[in-house]
Amino acid sequence: MMHLGGAESTLFFFGAPLSVVGALALLFARKAVHAAMGMALCMIMLGVFYIAEQAEFLGIIQIFVYSGAVMMLFLFVVMLVGVDSSDSLVETIRGQKVAGLLLSLALIALLVSGVSKATFATGKGLDAANAAQGGNVGGIAQLIFGRYVWAFEVTSALLITAAIGAMILAHRERLTPKASQADWSRRRIREGVNVAGLPAPGVYARHNAVDTPALLPDGTPSDLSINRVLKARGQVYGADTQVAVSKEIETEAGDMSDANRGEQR
Amino acid sequence: MTQLSHLAALGAATGTPAADFSDTPWWLSLIKAVLLFVFLLVQTLLVIWFERRVIGRMQQRPGPNRVGPFGLLQTLADGVKLALKEDLTPKNADKLMFLIAPIIAGAMAFVSFAIIPVSGNVWMFGHYTPLQLTDTPVAVLLVLAVAGVGVYGIVLAGWSSGSTYPLLGGLRSSAQVISYEIAMGLALVAVFLYAGSMSTSQIVLAQGHGVWYIIPAFFSFIIYVVTMVGETNRLPFDLAEGEGELTGGFHTEYSSLKFAMFFLGEYVNMFTVSALATTLFLGGWQAPPGIAAIDGGLFNHGWWGVLWFVVKLWIFMFFFVWLRGSLPRVRYDQFMKLGWKLMIPSTLVWVVVIAFIRASNAGFLGETQISLLGRDIHRATLIVIAATAVLVLAAAWVWDAGAARRQAVEDRNQVPDEIDPFAGGHPVPPLPGQRLVEPVPVLTAASGPRATTRESRREDDVRQKEPRG
Repeated sequence: MMHLGGAESTLFFFGAPLSVVGALALLFARKAVHAAMGMALCMIMLGVFYIAEQAEFLGIIQIFVYSGAVMMLFLFVVMLVGVDSSDSLVETIRGQKVAGLLLSLALIALLVSGVSKATFATGKGLDAANAAQGGNVGGIAQLIFGRYVWAFEVTSALLITAAIGAMILAHRERLTPKASQADWSRRRIREGVNVAGLPAPGVYARHNAVDTPALLPDGTPSDLSINRVLKARGQVYGADTQVAVSKEIETEAGDMSDANRGEQR
Repeated sequence: MTQLSHLAALGAATGTPAADFSDTPWWLSLIKAVLLFVFLLVQTLLVIWFERRVIGRMQQRPGPNRVGPFGLLQTLADGVKLALKEDLTPKNADKLMFLIAPIIAGAMAFVSFAIIPVSGNVWMFGHYTPLQLTDTPVAVLLVLAVAGVGVYGIVLAGWSSGSTYPLLGGLRSSAQVISYEIAMGLALVAVFLYAGSMSTSQIVLAQGHGVWYIIPAFFSFIIYVVTMVGETNRLPFDLAEGEGELTGGFHTEYSSLKFAMFFLGEYVNMFTVSALATTLFLGGWQAPPGIAAIDGGLFNHGWWGVLWFVVKLWIFMFFFVWLRGSLPRVRYDQFMKLGWKLMIPSTLVWVVVIAFIRASNAGFLGETQISLLGRDIHRATLIVIAATAVLVLAAAWVWDAGAARRQAVEDRNQVPDEIDPFAGGHPVPPLPGQRLVEPVPVLTAASGPRATTRESRREDDVRQKEPRG
């Protein structure tokens, strides 16, 4: 068996459970953001292990690229568009769940049978490999830009093609010029709907304004004044809630109306 | 010489850290870690006072001057007050993430300072050890990686607050840090190419042998300084917490110690990026050129390094404060345009140029040398520099032509000096700088059709002006 140093084994026995917790959180977390954070934790712990195994460059790049950029983009997208989308449990492809289950069981069997047969030679460490090219970075550079330069460049070309392809697929050509503020104003007047613009959300002393609907002259809340994202999230602060909350606060703090003020004096 | 041996000569000498930790027992590392922590905390206390005093001076008011001598203890008093405030958690908040976010932001800020060389080798408790907690062959990349993890604090704070402004602030900051980290990383590549290493101690050592990298990598320095302001969310790039538009941005819902963690994290991050700038571009702990030569480097080793390091660090801190005192916040789209359309492409070109210059210096592009001003310079270097100069001039020329064309279009669309508010039949206010035409006398206006009255009014105007002019 490979010999672990004291510090290294301590790190492993604290770090390994953490990375497993992260991986499990990715699978079982209910909220997308929690899952993303679990994955980020797992990635960071992997990077730490690489560093502990003398592959400093690989470890840092693992943290930098996967946690710093890729998972951050995931979070970005989840926060931006995942607001009102909920996972549908309806199967879109017939028998997909059963097939998925069978295939994953097969994969598990394959992995277990493969890994259980593995024999471990004595660990060599990276000392010799690192010393050969004057350090870890030099060694990796020698491999990437020497022996594997073609594989490396072809992979990068593939990735760039994929990125450009995604951009082209997602890109919509603008066929008409973008409507300016003046165009919008003219259209509103021509159509005669909401001529003065949409009503602004309510401004009340006790609550943030954006999530509180404006009250129309007859006292009914106006749905038009609320952002649809807030509505989808169920974060709209209804006018009746507003009234109920102020009543509650008033009963707690003592009514400040004129009748009671006399008694307080 | 074959090309491979060139490579080996470049890489083997400098790839690994120069700092030697062989005489550093673990307890000494612990002491150094605690010292760094205390150093950063005290500096943060000082810099907040410094910032308020300097900005006060810029705005012609005294700034805090009541608590302690010169108001020095003001920050301490504020900190105690902050800790004693009520700790609120919004009802909509995601409790776990709401708690973790400030911990990440505060803790990650301290990590990067571990690889900063505060000074060279010193005697500490009977051991000869570098004044630096640790160093790796990829130390500078570690700073970028840790900064990337630190942003999670801000993004999660924004998301978990369950409120609109923090969410917007968190989104802005994640986009901001991702895009500025690219430009920052590219700017650092030029320094790596010159030093032949990513280890901080090695980079400082390499600058000791030659000039500080602020001179050969001047463009990288400019880009780094811009990106470091963007990375730390400081004015004029504090869009993630722009008070005017997002109340407080990602930390709107935070109070008490949790808010203090964000506050601390922001200032420690300022120290980290400034320390990195000092290390990479200003020679780190090395004494300035004139002083370094005194008595064969008397002031250029041991504990003296701390003095030069702190002086350079505080030059950057003053720069941060100066920016905050004098610049307004930029608009978000302008900020993104600057990052993606200007800084990233220009830094890419710069890195290619530097790569060519380094390659020609090392003799990859031909061995012919030319004697110029008493120095032997590779012919290829001169060719590369000349080609770069021609390209820059051509780019400037194209840019100028474009600017002239835009100016011409603008001139054509110029607003007239006068405006008749009733010309279209619907009253229109004048644009800035426009003069209103005198109102028409009621009788004239009523007597004839509109077109003729306007004509006659013009003539009236001219007639009125003439005697005066």
